[in-house]
Amino acid sequence: MDFFSFFKKKNTPASGSVARDRLKLVLVHDRVNCSSQVLEMLKTDIIKVISNYMEIDEEELDIQITQTQSEENNGTVPVLYANIPIKSMRKMQD
Amino acid sequence: MSEVIVITSGKGGVGKTTTSANLGCGLAVLGKRVALVDADIGLRNLDVVMGLENRIVYDLVDVVEGNCRLKQALIKDKRYDGLFLLPAAQTRDKDAVSPEQMQKLCENLKEEGFDFIIIDCPAGIEQGFKNAIAGADRAFVVTTPEVSAVRDADRIIGLLEANGLNNPMLILNRLRIDLVQRGEMMNIEDVTEILAIDILGVVPDDETIVIATNKGEPAVSNLESRAGQAYRNIVQRILGQEVPFMSLEEEPVSFFEKLKELFRH
Repeated sequence: MDFFSFFKKKNTPASGSVARDRLKLVLVHDRVNCSSQVLEMLKTDIIKVISNYMEIDEEELDIQITQTQSEENNGTVPVLYANIPIKSMRKMQD
Repeated sequence: MSEVIVITSGKGGVGKTTTSANLGCGLAVLGKRVALVDADIGLRNLDVVMGLENRIVYDLVDVVEGNCRLKQALIKDKRYDGLFLLPAAQTRDKDAVSPEQMQKLCENLKEEGFDFIIIDCPAGIEQGFKNAIAGADRAFVVTTPEVSAVRDADRIIGLLEANGLNNPMLILNRLRIDLVQRGEMMNIEDVTEILAIDILGVVPDDETIVIATNKGEPAVSNLESRAGQAYRNIVQRILGQEVPFMSLEEEPVSFFEKLKELFRH
């Protein structure tokens, strides 16, 4: 941060960090070979299965592939992250 | 002890051929016996970058098909003893050679007593890539700090590891220090963190590369060239020496220049 940067427009982040963040996201998908179509199909199936047991908030449902630190080596591994808000449990009949 | 190194990238135009030429020359300057192999069949280029385009009689496909002996096809460099080029065929396509034939060729080059065999890989992930990596012992991945090049590099790293070429090393090419300092280009850490591989060297964007390529004289022998210095450092690291990364600080910009910059926004 130098004297002159004070005068420059500040509202947009520099494109270098934009590039980095976009790349990180795109590579997560590339590496697991999972397209957004596949993810959408997976989402539909998950809703179908879970709906057998509980009523869920489909609007607020969030499914994505992200990365987490691997426990074995120092690298990162992809994880399927799902946040599924439950409205109520269905009554189980058996 | 000889080693086959493949220079690859996925994306075209990031500097594979320039890197191959410079590393080959750099190793030869230090007295190593080096064979440069242009594996980009149909799009021959290493010969012009090396300034050896007028000396080609036989090519890689001729050797593989048995039209000539290996020694006949190897072109001796005009500047450095111990540096030889095996040019690609220009009028054939990638299918003219198989991975098995490339493996055999690499074995034969090792038997010729070369310390290093450097293979300039074509862009892409198809047959030409598979041929180029078939006989390699290790791989260097060249990328520039751009989203397209880094994405392709990531794909290539995956394919290299799937083919048993573990621990490829990264050469980050054409880094614009001024852009990095303004935050308008990914920096070294961004790229190495994303690709999660070890970095072998960083080559700054440098007009001396363009000039050197125009003349057919690799910049590694130009002591004034910053890119040449970066390649000399990489050569030292290949030979197992620890060389600190060169300072990538830009020359301090004058107050007047900064004022001009300010009014452009």
